[in-house]
Amino acid sequence: MTSATAPVDDATRARAAKATQERSDRTKAEARLGWYLAGPAFVVMLAVTLYPIIQAFFDSLYRYRLTAPDDKAFVGLDNYVTVLTDMVFWEALAVTLFITVVTVLVELALGFALALVMHRAIKSLRGLLRTAILVPYGIITVVSAFAWFYAFDISSGYVNHWFDWVPGISTDLNWFAHRGTSLFVIIASEIWKTTPFISLLLLAGLAQVPTELEEAAEVDGATWGQRLRRVVLPNMKAAIMVAVLFRALDAFRIFDNVFIMTNGANGTTVLSLLAYRTSIGRLEIGLGSAISVLLFLCVILICWVAIKLFKVDLAGARGGS
Amino acid sequence: MRQMSTRLKIGWALITIFVLLYALFPVVSIFATSFKLPSQLNLGLFWPQTWTWDNYKEILAPDGSAQELFLSALRNSIGISLIATFIAVVLATLAAYAIARLNFPGKRLVLTTALGVSIFPVISLVTPLFNLWRNIGLYDTWLGLIIPYLSLTLPISIWTLAAFFRQIPWELEQAAQVDGATAWQAFRKAIVPLAAPGVFTTALIAFFIAWNDFVYGISLTSTSRARPVPAALAFFTGASQFEEPTGSISAAAVVVTIPVVILVLLFQRQIVAGLTQGAVKG
Repeated sequence: MTSATAPVDDATRARAAKATQERSDRTKAEARLGWYLAGPAFVVMLAVTLYPIIQAFFDSLYRYRLTAPDDKAFVGLDNYVTVLTDMVFWEALAVTLFITVVTVLVELALGFALALVMHRAIKSLRGLLRTAILVPYGIITVVSAFAWFYAFDISSGYVNHWFDWVPGISTDLNWFAHRGTSLFVIIASEIWKTTPFISLLLLAGLAQVPTELEEAAEVDGATWGQRLRRVVLPNMKAAIMVAVLFRALDAFRIFDNVFIMTNGANGTTVLSLLAYRTSIGRLEIGLGSAISVLLFLCVILICWVAIKLFKVDLAGARGGS
Repeated sequence: MRQMSTRLKIGWALITIFVLLYALFPVVSIFATSFKLPSQLNLGLFWPQTWTWDNYKEILAPDGSAQELFLSALRNSIGISLIATFIAVVLATLAAYAIARLNFPGKRLVLTTALGVSIFPVISLVTPLFNLWRNIGLYDTWLGLIIPYLSLTLPISIWTLAAFFRQIPWELEQAAQVDGATAWQAFRKAIVPLAAPGVFTTALIAFFIAWNDFVYGISLTSTSRARPVPAALAFFTGASQFEEPTGSISAAAVVVTIPVVILVLLFQRQIVAGLTQGAVKG
């Protein structure tokens, strides 16, 4: 951050240095201008997140239903007890974690392959490949969900007809009537849509691997696999960690794909959907707020684990230092 | 450049075809579905047996069953996303300029806050906003979506723009002034042309994110007054109650995907630069 500070008129600075008073005035003026410019964005960010989460925490301590607003009463941590002793919550947490782990692992492998392809591609192909990869990134998640849903759907789909030679798949297979098969399609749509993002992060990481190192290893007779394992991967560890953490946090909030394809049927309810159904569907503001706060705490926990245990330098990798 | 061997050429051709298939298959799939006759939806075929514009008439023609629903959603989506993008980019430009050029305490705090907001679980904000918006009359209004959309568009705009602005050679401004330009001329002639591409790219990325929102869209609206496209798609109904809305949803999905594909085609280089710079470079 400091190295990036632009030279604010060095000549003026040198002159100002003569008078300490003048300089401190200048520093103050610069600090004031800095906050005038960055302040509005800062305040807006706090207003749209900090305020609602505090309100959610406050509401979570009350028995509060919009269907019976006069019944509102302080109940302490009762809502949390209700949520945490309900198997529905733990099941949703398990499904969410399962989706998160599977999507992140598959996306890491697939995204790395795509990044390598874009990195190595000759100039004439690079534009085409990047354009293609950006299409899933730009598409609305709900549209992706419908595309995958209709392809697999028992009545309007064609997947069953194409793959009826695969054991277990026949034209009678209803993908959205079982948990395993539903999750398969949900995860496929999620992976398709978000792999481009992870592959672009990894591409940026690949670009930072010093080419001399790779060439030196090649001259020394290292095979492609050895170069990848010994030179490339260690040099882009930071980029990989950041990509994994960002995608994990994003996958943990999964909502759109599940809502469109199953709406939580057959044991596919995820945490976000549970929170949505409780507050917006059943108007149980107290209980819904408790789930919202728990979801928020889960995200904090994932971040904490990543930063403390895996030493992910988020700020550094995102350009903060 | 080294001459490529035939084997290598074939290899790259195969890789390219594979990547294109991966990236475009679901898009082509829903495109094909959007041209199927309702009566031929269940044939289990990929391409339509008879190509028809019927589904597009449902959502676009004046007598289409979903026309009112779709066009109002499209209007809402475009309006709300553009306004949320505009506000975010203006605020972020000021903040990113301060971060890139000025030395002030709390610079790190602003960046860290942006990072924190960008990983915030959206659904955690929905319950309190839903309740508050109902009480103060913002429920089911444009403003009621624009405000929460800032939580999606502002953080990424700040990061991306700060990364862009750090690469601008600001000395040019002084050089121009030494050459006799006024402060305003120097800013306009030397800095604006360098900063504009970054601002534009940031706006594009922020717009994609706002355009994609679903959680706020279904939670904070209830009618066509403010409901954006992704949320409206989930509430489509068929031409009659016995008909699945598959065709109209597919047609609507294609219509809202076309602008995305055009923008990606035109600006792929800038979008990649914006996404990777904001993400990894210092």
